[in-house]
Amino acid sequence: MASHPSTRTRRGPVTYLVRLLVIAYLFLLVAWPVYLVGKNTFADGMDNINGILEDPDIVHAISLTVQVAIIAVIINTLFGVGISLLLVRYDFPGKRLLSALLDMPLSVSPIVVGLALVLVYGGRNGWFGPGLESMGFQVIFATPGIVLATVFVALPLVIREVVPVLEEVGEEQEQAARSLGANAWQTFRRITLPSIKWGVVYGVVLSLARSLGEFGAVKVVSGNVLGETRTATLVVEEKYLNFDKGGAYATAFLLALVAVACIIIVSVIRPKEDR
Amino acid sequence: MTSTALSPDRPATSRRPVRSGRPLTRVSGLGLGVAMMWFSLLVLIPLAAVVVTASAGGWSTFWQAVTNEQTAAAIELTVGTAFAVTLVNIVMGTMIAWVLVRDRFFGKRALEILIDIPFALPTIVAGLVLLSLYGRNSPLGVDIANTRPAVFLAFLFVTLPFVVRTVQPVLAELERDVEEAAMSLGASRFTVFRRIILPSLTPAIAAGAALSFARGVSEYGSLVLLSGNLPMKTEVTSVRILSSIENDNLDSAAAVATILLVISFAVIVLLDVIQRRMVRRG
Repeated sequence: MASHPSTRTRRGPVTYLVRLLVIAYLFLLVAWPVYLVGKNTFADGMDNINGILEDPDIVHAISLTVQVAIIAVIINTLFGVGISLLLVRYDFPGKRLLSALLDMPLSVSPIVVGLALVLVYGGRNGWFGPGLESMGFQVIFATPGIVLATVFVALPLVIREVVPVLEEVGEEQEQAARSLGANAWQTFRRITLPSIKWGVVYGVVLSLARSLGEFGAVKVVSGNVLGETRTATLVVEEKYLNFDKGGAYATAFLLALVAVACIIIVSVIRPKEDR
Repeated sequence: MTSTALSPDRPATSRRPVRSGRPLTRVSGLGLGVAMMWFSLLVLIPLAAVVVTASAGGWSTFWQAVTNEQTAAAIELTVGTAFAVTLVNIVMGTMIAWVLVRDRFFGKRALEILIDIPFALPTIVAGLVLLSLYGRNSPLGVDIANTRPAVFLAFLFVTLPFVVRTVQPVLAELERDVEEAAMSLGASRFTVFRRIILPSLTPAIAAGAALSFARGVSEYGSLVLLSGNLPMKTEVTSVRILSSIENDNLDSAAAVATILLVISFAVIVLLDVIQRRMVRRG
């Protein structure tokens, strides 16, 4: 774990003081609150968890969330790997601008994301919405809107993982493969893909965590219809505001469990790869 | 650990494609076309729609929507709190990064995972999490639900990873020889930190601070349950936009959203500039 195993820091009182401060800060800000959600969930044994698993509307919300997340991850992986290859291996006008714009989704408010999608794909006044709806394709207040919102917010994550790996491996091997007569697809599948494999895996895990947990953008575009377009994060809000704290804690606990699992998976596989 | 698991930002030195590559072939040109079409339909056209809708009513309508008393209060609260939180993150984030890179003790690995939790946790769950320690039934006896400190706390939670994860890799790459040389020449630890370590970390700290500010300004989900969204008191900009959307007043929603878009675009441009400077130095 330590980056400089050979050089040891001489430890003065300041070192211990800083260490103590950092641990206390993280304990009060993250560890204790997260622990309490687990504790509240199991305050009545398994009742809360069983309660949500027996409610067909919540089961529907969870399965909708999982389906949307899987579709969003597939789209973002294909797009992310493709655009990373183009950004690193090719030269074209506007490359720097595109590279900066690809980061936009990370810093745009989820509510603004929802609003932007409604303005374009909204059924009544959107730019494209009425046209699509007359062809029988409803986007906003339906599943396609939820997918679009989820893809939007998780868009840069695969790219951010794959671009640095592509830069690091360089293109000597790809050039060698091509000069030996491999076509573009063979080069990609046999040479490029294996070398960026782990970057793609991290990107996918991060996108999955982000996609399962999206709340604000989905709230705007989904319409939040019980049993149809309500997702798991919307269930947490609805349960809490309706004084069903047990249900809210149980659903939040399941979501937190997946998020923490994703972090642990990434931190377990990555160091092995680095060494 | 030099890994940046779940890092919101990579070490800036390896982020951008600096080498120029080959010119486009026919297949890659087609691929770029398809990718750009998707990116436009998903991101560029919708974001443009926000700005176009905001400007459709002319300057005076825009200005009216933005300077509406309640909206102005929300923008002031959001920007002010995000700024204060960013200052805390600059100090605490650098300190956490220093502990993660330079200190060694049992359980450090657990801290690594704690840092990433705010990034992966769904924001609505983050709100609930904070409420369980700082809400009505707080085991600590502090109830800050529905107050301004709650907004501060929520921002602090969701922006935790940014400065840590941008500073950490840069700190790990620093050469220790220079510090040791300075110390052997009689410099105190504080002087070494101020004159040698801090200048090399400044670009990374600035990049992390910019990301953390942008994230704070755009935060919504963690506040829903925690801050009560009281107008003029704890209502942030995103909540204000949402209530305009729910009242079917898309024009004024777009006007306020444009302000947020300008802030996030400014941050993106700033990051690009910082990263280019770091690449040149490296």
